[in-house]
Amino acid sequence: MSSIPLGKGHETTAPARTNSAAAISQFLSAYVFSKDHKIIGLQFLFSTLLWFLVGGLLALGIRWQLAWPWTNMPIIGPMLFSETGGQISPEFYTMLFTMHATVMIFFVIIPILAGAFGNYLIPLMIGADDMAFPTLNMLSYWFMWPAFILVGSSFFMPGNGAAAGWTSYPPLSAVWDAAPSSGLAQTLWLIGITFVGVSSMMGSVNYMTTIIQMRAPGMTMFRLPMTIWGMFITAVLQAFALPVLTAAGFMQLLDRTIGTGFFLPEGLVINNSIAASGGGQPLLWQHLFWFYSHPAVYIMILPAMGMVSDIISCFARKPIFGYKPMVYSLCGIAGLGFIVWGHHMFVSGMSPMLGMTFMISTMMIALPSAVKVFNWLGTLWGGRIQYTTPMLFAISFVSMFVIGGLSGIFMAATPVDIFIHDTYFIVAHFHYVLFAGTAMAVMGAIYFWFPKMFGRMMNEPLGKVHFFLTFIFLNGTFFTMHILGAVGFPRRLADPYDYQTFAHLMPMNQFMSICAICMVGTQAIFAFNFFYSIFYGPACGRNPWGANSLEWMAPSPPGHGNFDFQPVVYRGPYEYGSPEVDTDYYPQTQPPPEGVDPNAEPDHH
Amino acid sequence: MGRFWSFLFLLVPVLGVAVFLWALLDLWPMQGHWLPENINDHGHVIDQLFMFILYLTGIIFVGTGGVLFWFMWKYDAAQNREPVKFTHGSHTLEVVWSILPAAALLFIAIYQMNAWADAKMRRPLDSLGPDGIEGTADDVYKPPLCEVTGRQFEWRIRYAGEDGIIGTADDLHVVNDLHLPVNEEVVVQITSMDVLHSFFLPNVRIKQDVVPGMKQFVWFKPNKQGTYDIVCAELCGWGHYKMRGRMVVESRDKFDAWIKNAYSEQERSEYIVSAGGSDE
Repeated sequence: MSSIPLGKGHETTAPARTNSAAAISQFLSAYVFSKDHKIIGLQFLFSTLLWFLVGGLLALGIRWQLAWPWTNMPIIGPMLFSETGGQISPEFYTMLFTMHATVMIFFVIIPILAGAFGNYLIPLMIGADDMAFPTLNMLSYWFMWPAFILVGSSFFMPGNGAAAGWTSYPPLSAVWDAAPSSGLAQTLWLIGITFVGVSSMMGSVNYMTTIIQMRAPGMTMFRLPMTIWGMFITAVLQAFALPVLTAAGFMQLLDRTIGTGFFLPEGLVINNSIAASGGGQPLLWQHLFWFYSHPAVYIMILPAMGMVSDIISCFARKPIFGYKPMVYSLCGIAGLGFIVWGHHMFVSGMSPMLGMTFMISTMMIALPSAVKVFNWLGTLWGGRIQYTTPMLFAISFVSMFVIGGLSGIFMAATPVDIFIHDTYFIVAHFHYVLFAGTAMAVMGAIYFWFPKMFGRMMNEPLGKVHFFLTFIFLNGTFFTMHILGAVGFPRRLADPYDYQTFAHLMPMNQFMSICAICMVGTQAIFAFNFFYSIFYGPACGRNPWGANSLEWMAPSPPGHGNFDFQPVVYRGPYEYGSPEVDTDYYPQTQPPPEGVDPNAEPDHH
Repeated sequence: MGRFWSFLFLLVPVLGVAVFLWALLDLWPMQGHWLPENINDHGHVIDQLFMFILYLTGIIFVGTGGVLFWFMWKYDAAQNREPVKFTHGSHTLEVVWSILPAAALLFIAIYQMNAWADAKMRRPLDSLGPDGIEGTADDVYKPPLCEVTGRQFEWRIRYAGEDGIIGTADDLHVVNDLHLPVNEEVVVQITSMDVLHSFFLPNVRIKQDVVPGMKQFVWFKPNKQGTYDIVCAELCGWGHYKMRGRMVVESRDKFDAWIKNAYSEQERSEYIVSAGGSDE
């Protein structure tokens, strides 16, 4: 950024008009339609953080209804729903959880990991000057905008937004008469999601090519930081799984628009009208959808695992424990990730025989996850742990991921899943993985790489307060969901208290909602710290954390082209506390002292 | 501050276990915050498996949480004066902590299979058919007691009339009111006429999505009289939350009397029922 010339037009006087036009076009190409991976990464970061706020507010709507059903929402209620006197209507509630999930998954988690951090970090961490295909990279960001606009405008269509669940199961999603929002809102949603897929696909091709082709001299695959491994495996997953979702999305779109009936069986009578087509199978959509969306669960966590590994090793001041097993377990998760989609469908009507097969593969995928947890603990063992804000977030990822991983075993077990399927036990599980896991890792990553992105440090005490409160409130919100799940409390009900089985659960829901409101409120501390530090944080040098990997050798923030020297890599990124040098870190680019074999492999035994 | 953060992370296993214990022991303010009463003869297997996995994962949860706390406490840079242990890992440890969980997970999976087969695959039989071998095409299945059809947003229930066949003119039609005889193996045929629903009986530990175009069966043996919830557990539209049915388990005599009475009422008000059945 620092090396990009800006506003040159104002330095000369004559002819001002063409010069200001030139300045504008220069500004546009430098900051808007930029092909620089760092600018694109920051564009993704700012867009996704904004959507994070939207998704969080949608979640508060859900929590409001579950804690105080059919009561007037203070302040916001009368503005949004004047016709109901400020209450959330049941159709609005179904929209809330549909759009909360859509926004969080497609507009926040996937693009913030692959789009923001993938873009920013991949060329820097492998020692390249940019991505392999800069124009494609720019397009991958700008293809998000049709998605933002389409899904965003679905809020203003009849029904106030898609409301068939983020899984969009037909026939509910495919038949126009099935729900108030089944018209344009659902169509726009489908097209929007397709654009997200196209964007991810462009990114994925670029990441794979860049990582394979553009590594600096000496940067072998087994000297890559875990972050890059996470991004690489994620890109592979996207490349193989996304086409299926795109195809399925188009099939559903055709079902909706020209009546193909891929997913609609014969003889449907919906809302007293007869759906004309037939000959299809609703389960087909579920198979196709989860064939993408289960690997997508790993797309949403593997890069986070990678970033956490880097942060933990850096602040334990110690090499990562079992680098190769960590890489192999990432690959194992990715491979098994393709054959576990059926565990979303144990009670869907899928052959119960197949359920047994999927149970075994699902149980097995817990194994590489367990190996990773043990290796993170091994990394902490015998270190000299510095409790910085990024480190606290990274440790909390490990601690929380254990909960999310273990609760997965319950639902992998088919008989137990019969009872807990579609209850809050599931909701607890994926929020522990995606919020307490990935979102916390992303927070840690922002605190960690912020100095590189903006050349300034974020405020540490504020960061710790932010961490502490988020950590407390997230557990207050999500841990209790396990208990609700044990009672069988179902998801997606606008008013569960009508059932005698669940009527007594309202106080616990109120406790959770209060925690959730506080948790969202806490993020104001982060927002303040983030924006304040961009402008007023203390300036930092190239390597404020004393880290080893290549991005810390570049200027902060790096200029166009990234490095002001040609990085040559001598070792892996985790040689903290090496006896070969006096410092407690040992950058990848630092030549070894005389008499040390630069090609010696570290001892793994 | 390392001490403080260590204790914060120690709270995770401590409070985590405490919350579950509190719910398990039914203490204030969490009375009734656990598995709802099970009234199915086959349902306790699912509860046992749930508890089995809970104990097993609980041990891992406490173990890893404890280790994390101990490492955070002991290797705090502000307290620990020892040089870092410069190691890249341990082949032996990797092998150990791969094989042990793999064996445990495989065991859990295989241990579940019988319960799964009982719940979803071994549909009750009346006889084994002429060849006397189970699992062949001529097996005679126990006929369903009734058929439950999901529809936005109600459960339509149909009992066979005197001819014992569902789908004939003498059927009994009711809405959201499932009556069952106690202590008898019951087979219920479930289907949907519009979108996906899920037939969820929390007290019977049964859940099965109903799919339009597919005919499915659930079976169970209720062993306690009373009134219980029928829940729709798959999003079926804006009124999903109000798709609530009632399951009444009663003695055989009462059940027979109810069927007879309901059927006679239906005969008398034939036109009113059919006219009122399609309202929304």
